[in-house]
Amino acid sequence: MDETDISFFKDGLRLDGRRADQLRPVKIEVGVLARADGSCYIEMGGNKVIAAVYGPREVHPRHLQESTRAIVRYRYNMASFSVEDRKRPGPDRRSQELSKVSREALEPVILTSFFPRSVIDVFVEVLQADAGTRTAGINAAAVALADAGIPMKSMISSCAAGKVADTVILDPMKEEDNFGQADLPIAMTPGGDITLLQMDGGLTPDEFQRAVEMAMKGARDIYELQRGALVKKYSQMVEQPGREEVHVCD
Amino acid sequence: MDRKVVVPGDLLSEEAKRSGEGTYVKNGGVYSLLYGLANFRDKINVIPLAGKYIPEPGDNVIGVVKDITFSNWIVDINSPYDGLLHISEFPNRIESDEMSKNLRIGSSIMTRVTDVDPTMKVELTLNDKNLGQIRTGQVIEISHTRVPRLIGKGGSMISMLKKEVNCNIFVGQNGRIWIHGGTEDMDLALKTITLIEREAHTNGLTDRIVDFLKTEKGARS
Repeated sequence: MDETDISFFKDGLRLDGRRADQLRPVKIEVGVLARADGSCYIEMGGNKVIAAVYGPREVHPRHLQESTRAIVRYRYNMASFSVEDRKRPGPDRRSQELSKVSREALEPVILTSFFPRSVIDVFVEVLQADAGTRTAGINAAAVALADAGIPMKSMISSCAAGKVADTVILDPMKEEDNFGQADLPIAMTPGGDITLLQMDGGLTPDEFQRAVEMAMKGARDIYELQRGALVKKYSQMVEQPGREEVHVCD
Repeated sequence: MDRKVVVPGDLLSEEAKRSGEGTYVKNGGVYSLLYGLANFRDKINVIPLAGKYIPEPGDNVIGVVKDITFSNWIVDINSPYDGLLHISEFPNRIESDEMSKNLRIGSSIMTRVTDVDPTMKVELTLNDKNLGQIRTGQVIEISHTRVPRLIGKGGSMISMLKKEVNCNIFVGQNGRIWIHGGTEDMDLALKTITLIEREAHTNGLTDRIVDFLKTEKGARS
């Protein structure tokens, strides 16, 4: 790894000028889609992700329906233009796995028992990818769920830690993810209950401890931004009301 | 009145007994379940800013017939769950093969929820003098979360509105509202309801609506 060692850090800073424990800039917008029940657009560094929530609504196909609770469907999809080489569109092994783990990261906080026989659909569309799209997707989905008025025990925030040049770092970007030694995404509640933890690459137990703590701190910072975005949407609604229209049916 | 914007998981109080609607209790603390406005009174209630209408017994709703089965009309009530109007809940006794003569697919009805069971089977009735099919006037749709504001405390807003705009108004808890009156009166009612929906979360709304109606009417005469 000697060749790449030098290129990951310059004067103690990373390639994009961040410190080892610094997040990339985050931008969150709530309620960006008029036809969805809840939606959120998020930028985390070079990642651009949009999340839409529909429901609770009737389940189709019928046989998936559960008589005592709502089911949650999560679709993670990468746009063909989201990466440098065109991605073949449609679900693949990777996106199916990410959909499953992301759903399981959010499901524990959603009060599905309030809505028997219904479905809550979450669609996450990656418009531009730059390492850490699953964390961005989960962050956007959690905000979109809150925006849709779905009852949850708490929010979910997600962040990754990694290892490059034998150093534990927060929120790896593409170069660090591709050529680094480890990637460790987590999702958690602000209270510190972890709902997703994956690892790619290798970390010593000691490094693992530090990486988890670092990612948890990152997730807490992201939680504040999620919260801020939701509060901001409300204050905008008070200041300039009238984006929602009344529909005349008859 | 003490109000605050909250997101799911916010700690609202340390006293478990103050837990109201839209909240839950964990380790003796009261937390928010929803993204919305928290009202701090004796009980703490969180009012959501969005969400689907979930029927409850006693709710007046406006529905549209979407299918007819052997003995039930299936009614869309703007909710994840369909309403069932049984043939016996129709005001007069009719036979099964006459059902589509009385209420066709597409007919709008003012109805009431009589029962909701744990599997969310929603039963409706038309057996009341102010319920029935809609034949005149117009129906508008607002978010069901704004309906309590349109009705006001103890019905103050809606009764004031009915009197001022000289219209018949039926408010469905599911966010559908029927207005019937003169053309100009209906337009004014529509404008006012739009205003109430837009500014539902502001203070002193009733007074502003009274002013609004005064100036609108002044402009007309």
